[in-house]
Amino acid sequence: MTENSQLAGQQSMESTELSDFRKGIIDWIKHNTPADPGFLLPQTFMEVGSEQVLDFLREWQYKVWSAGYLGMAWPKQYGGGGMPRLFQQIADEEMRRARVPICFNVIGLGWAGPLIIDTGTDVEKETYIKGILNAEDIWCQGFSEPNHGSDLGSIQTRAERDGDEYVINGSKIWTTLGNYAKYMILLARTDAQAERRYNGLSFFLAPMGANGISTSPIQKLTGEYGFTETFFTDARIPASCIMGEEGHGWRIAMHTLQYERGAEAGAAGGVSILSIVMDDLLKMAQDVERDGQPLLQDPITRDNLVKFLIEEQALYLGERRVGIPALCRDYPNSLALSGKLRGTEFFRRMRQYALTLQGAPGALYVGDDQAVDGGFWQRAYLNNFSTTIGGGTSQVQANIIGEHVLGLPKD
Amino acid sequence: MITRTANLDISFSDEQAMILDSAKVFCRDKSDITTVRSLLKSETGYQNDVWAEMIALGWTGLALPEQYGGSGMGLGATIPLVESMGRYLLCTPFITSTIAAQAILRGGTNQQKSRWLPSMVEGAVATMALLDNEDWGATQIRCTLTPKDGGFVLEGKKLQVNDAAVADIFLVLASSNGVPTLVVVEAKALPEGAISNNTLVDETKRAGNVNFSGVTIKADAILANAAEALQDVRLIGALLTASEATGTSAAALDTLVDYLTTRKQFGRLIGSYQALKHPTVDILLQMDSARTFIYHAATLISDAHLNKDTEIACRMAKAQATDALLFAGDRAVQFHGGMGFTYDCNAMLYIRRAQWAQHQYGDAQHHRKLLAPLLLD
Ligand SMILES: Cc1cc2nc3c(=O)[nH]c(=O)nc-3n(C[C@H](O)[C@H](O)[C@H](O)COP(=O)(O)OP(=O)(O)OC[C@H]3O[C@@H](n4cnc5c(N)ncnc54)[C@H](O)[C@@H]3O)c2cc1C
Repeated sequence: MTENSQLAGQQSMESTELSDFRKGIIDWIKHNTPADPGFLLPQTFMEVGSEQVLDFLREWQYKVWSAGYLGMAWPKQYGGGGMPRLFQQIADEEMRRARVPICFNVIGLGWAGPLIIDTGTDVEKETYIKGILNAEDIWCQGFSEPNHGSDLGSIQTRAERDGDEYVINGSKIWTTLGNYAKYMILLARTDAQAERRYNGLSFFLAPMGANGISTSPIQKLTGEYGFTETFFTDARIPASCIMGEEGHGWRIAMHTLQYERGAEAGAAGGVSILSIVMDDLLKMAQDVERDGQPLLQDPITRDNLVKFLIEEQALYLGERRVGIPALCRDYPNSLALSGKLRGTEFFRRMRQYALTLQGAPGALYVGDDQAVDGGFWQRAYLNNFSTTIGGGTSQVQANIIGEHVLGLPKD
Repeated sequence: MITRTANLDISFSDEQAMILDSAKVFCRDKSDITTVRSLLKSETGYQNDVWAEMIALGWTGLALPEQYGGSGMGLGATIPLVESMGRYLLCTPFITSTIAAQAILRGGTNQQKSRWLPSMVEGAVATMALLDNEDWGATQIRCTLTPKDGGFVLEGKKLQVNDAAVADIFLVLASSNGVPTLVVVEAKALPEGAISNNTLVDETKRAGNVNFSGVTIKADAILANAAEALQDVRLIGALLTASEATGTSAAALDTLVDYLTTRKQFGRLIGSYQALKHPTVDILLQMDSARTFIYHAATLISDAHLNKDTEIACRMAKAQATDALLFAGDRAVQFHGGMGFTYDCNAMLYIRRAQWAQHQYGDAQHHRKLLAPLLLD
């Protein structure tokens, strides 16, 4: 999520094949980016709150995929491009730079998809991959429950085998895209008696259309919608929906989280979160004045901005250093496991600072014509919590790094 | 409108990787913590035989061109060495000599380079005499150089000259009619009692004030191109200090993790408490960022005058690395409890190094102040 101009520094060294490709996508973006639809477009895939937005984004993702700029490194036979990953990285970078609308089907593109490609059966690949890419099949994720979030291993939703079906009972919460999804990656308990609670879990590719599954939208911090609570009442799904074997769910869920947290590559690509970077903040600091002087000239503001710039630069350079094994031997996996924590926390503080810099108009929100940039930063700051909470909170990330990289004892 | 194109080059050659591996082993073997402590009260602060071995290994020539007896690998090759020295608190005159050699390489005529560099490859100790006022951030130069009897005479005292007591050569920053100049002074030209040792907060390091008043030099001891050499050397000094500090942050982290995984309170290992665990993770992250910057700077740096991207890289490296070490040293003391307050606890070594390192070639705020126009205007 945090990667930004990963390849910018390499541009000078790019082969003609790559730079031709880059020119191609820049040109494509120029001619194909949709006009402003007249309603607010989401900054992240966790903010799809209306049919209108959904239709718009679906059409856009289809267009990106049809043009060959999505799933470029996924196998050709399932709808991907079969090309080296570098091409997708360049495409993503240009789409990010041009601030095109997001590719929203992220639970498919980013985690269910790579999971199925890396570990799924041929039938699963055949069934699911193409629909993920062309946005026909929207995916959601049913991991968290009202009483079990960070402590995912304790979830209680039951899946009981009955003939060639499983019967699901319980509820999931914070289900992003829950009300639009056709499939859910679902973690449920198949064995309540298992000695180790992790061994009692199984992983399903569950159809959301099954009888007994219902969703109820939840209004978010920003006032918009985007996720649901999802209820299962004697919902019956085919037994073939199980991924891997019964009791192996925890391992598969952890594997999925590696994609989600960016510690493992494999995503189809596309931009899932509008990137808001230091250049945007600098521009704002240039535009916002105090006593007729741009804030960018204020010495204290300047020092704060430089601090943020150092941090941002460390973030991007760190993403490059991950690719140099000789520089990652000392604390193995340190950079890979800390990417989410670093990036999301940096952007949280940086966006908050943007509101601080705005002065009195910083108190205005989307809808007020005096709000700086239409309330863009207010929305951006509030929405950023989706990344510091979703996918494992920052505190839990810090535990993981402490325990797995530094070898510190568990709480 | 600001248009920034951040340079994101970072690479590491197989050769550098080999240097890193062997430097780590060398420094670990030569500088275990008992040895470090045994040197704290010693006169020079280092082991002669270890310094001799480093010279024999060719480290002093690594960054210098072959024509002067070096191996021509460039300054980037010394970063893994210096980082490893910091990791094991291995002190020798290597760092200050490397910086001084770069001053001559960048500021000297061919003749000046041929005269001094080969002896430095062979282990002559050279050091920089830059500071003569309150801080690295101050621009005023108090030491002066004035013509006298067909030659020149220096007037003024230099502060905190690293390894002054063992230096064979001093590179002295002096103002000649208001123009900054760098002159080479040989130790034998100093009068008796010119050097008075400092008492440093970091007992692993050695420095002294050097009074150059009355020392006369010939015109050929004035570096031809002081202006660019001086800019470069200040950044190189910052980068090498950053590299050393990054290694030391990792050492502080390791020491801390050892304690957090052995000390128990309330029946639990204290590392299980998040009030300790999370800041320790933060040390790791800060150290990792510093490490990213030093190797980014090592990637960009060459024998040519440092360009803007390299300047940004060196300043970011220094700002990040010394702030990281300040935090690591500070938390390492606190998280050892009463033990942390003792001289016996190794956290003492790191917190003291941190205070010293932050001021070498400018603290973080100094570098951020100079980064601001490069990044914001
Ligand atoms: C926008 C958004 C979208 C989401 N989408 C999905 C989705 O599609 N599917 C899905 O399954 N889930 C989703 N989630 C849920 C998300 O994964 C959980 O919210 C998250 O894992 C935290 O769980 P929780 O909400 O139960 O908080 P809790 O676990 O109750 O945490 C409360 C607080 O306690 C802290 N805490 C908890 N345990 C520890 C610990 N061991 N050490 C230190 N601190 C701790 C947390 O950091 C947090 O600050 C989404 C969340 C958000 C915000």
